Amino acid sequence: MKNPLDSIEGTIASGFILTVILFWVVKGLV
Amino acid sequence: MPEILELVFRWGHFLAGIIWIGILYYFNLIQIPFLKAITPETKAEAFKFLVPRALLWFRYSALATWLFGMALLGPRVPTAFTLQGPDAVIGMGAWLGTIMLFNVWFIIWPNQQKVLGLVVATPEEKTRSARLAFLASRTNAALSIPMLFFMASSGHAPAGLF
Repeated sequence: MKNPLDSIEGTIASGFILTVILFWVVKGLV
Repeated sequence: MPEILELVFRWGHFLAGIIWIGILYYFNLIQIPFLKAITPETKAEAFKFLVPRALLWFRYSALATWLFGMALLGPRVPTAFTLQGPDAVIGMGAWLGTIMLFNVWFIIWPNQQKVLGLVVATPEEKTRSARLAFLASRTNAALSIPMLFFMASSGHAPAGLF
């Protein structure tokens, strides 16, 4: 599998996916 | 904390943060593709006169951003970093920023020193270091997206979002 960080698009997509995951993590803590 | 002091810390945090993340995006969106496209002679010039200057501002603005951020958090540092209650929002931003600062000083910078020839390294080590520095830089670019979301959400999220 290609490393998503090798492309700008993959990097941005990774950042957005991580944002959604962490949003739900933090929402559960607040 | 006196309000004026809080404002000065926030101002410094934004100013240093714009320099840091601005250079991070410059590296990822502009400099990396540029270095791939140019001749070896131009690359040697860039490694001598351009990249070291960019890295100098990059790593010290990263440090300044973090220090202003810690000063801004003040007594909230423990509750933020342990993600307790409402401080979990800014705390997640602070954790992401701290991981990014670590990447800058302990992964990107030592590996870039080998790539630039500031530290002696074999060609194989240089190739490996270039890859590591690249991945750490791309990791920070990805982490900056949730980091900015949580920083902006602290105090500016619509009521009930979290």
